[in-house]
Amino acid sequence: MTARKLLIADDSNIVRSKIARALGQHGLHIVGLAANGREALELFKTTRPDVLTMDLTMPEMDGIECIRAIRALDSKVRILVVSALSDKGTAIQALKEGAQGFLDKPFTEAELSDAIGELLEETSHG
Amino acid sequence: MDEAQLKVFVSIVQHYFEKVTGKAAEVGTPFLGEPTELPIHDFTGVIGISGSQRGCVYFSAPGQMLKELLLRAGETDVSEGNLADLTGEIANTISGNARREFGSEFLISVPVVVRGSGQHITVPKGVKAYVIPLRWHKIAAALVVSVAKA
Repeated sequence: MTARKLLIADDSNIVRSKIARALGQHGLHIVGLAANGREALELFKTTRPDVLTMDLTMPEMDGIECIRAIRALDSKVRILVVSALSDKGTAIQALKEGAQGFLDKPFTEAELSDAIGELLEETSHG
Repeated sequence: MDEAQLKVFVSIVQHYFEKVTGKAAEVGTPFLGEPTELPIHDFTGVIGISGSQRGCVYFSAPGQMLKELLLRAGETDVSEGNLADLTGEIANTISGNARREFGSEFLISVPVVVRGSGQHITVPKGVKAYVIPLRWHKIAAALVVSVAKA
């Protein structure tokens, strides 16, 4: 079975490392690390990941704008927002723009694994 | 900023340390800081606030605390760059979590990180700055909240 490809977008180096460490152990192949929405969009075009983790507050292009741009290119990629913006309005907006999951920061590696697991399970079921 | 709003930040700081390290930070009694005497440690992450409120929120901590936090999180790279990165991320997380109480119109900037304990952070004129002192593993740090209705 081919490993699913993961792209990580977050402006924090340590958050990118934490996500890569946690999800790399779950059979996901990390194809790119982006420090802002613009980088994420460029990496998305060249790597075509199956799954994305997306921060929202990032320089140059924020996460919502990036999700919108990616959705215009691909309707199938699974997107998990990982953000400190923990109000309901932001979560609803992210889901409306095309994310399938939302994980609040701070998060534990177990919570991240569960959130990605749910996202991928939904894909295989449907 | 009223007492109830200040308590929101106290609760978010406690939750942050407990969630990330398994050990809650001891939070002292918040006090009104003098703009010229606000606490500054080795690394300070500043978030600008706009929208329904205006001002700034900053988290300031010594390198020793940040190193310990990184190691506990399984990060082996404790370079200055990562210490600065963590400071910005903590400031961002605390400010972002405050939207649960303040709503989506509480707009936060990306973090700006200032290095060096000899620095001075300028808070907005006419906006009170509350200092929330905290200790984790016997190391002191501070969260400063200088926010008022826009």
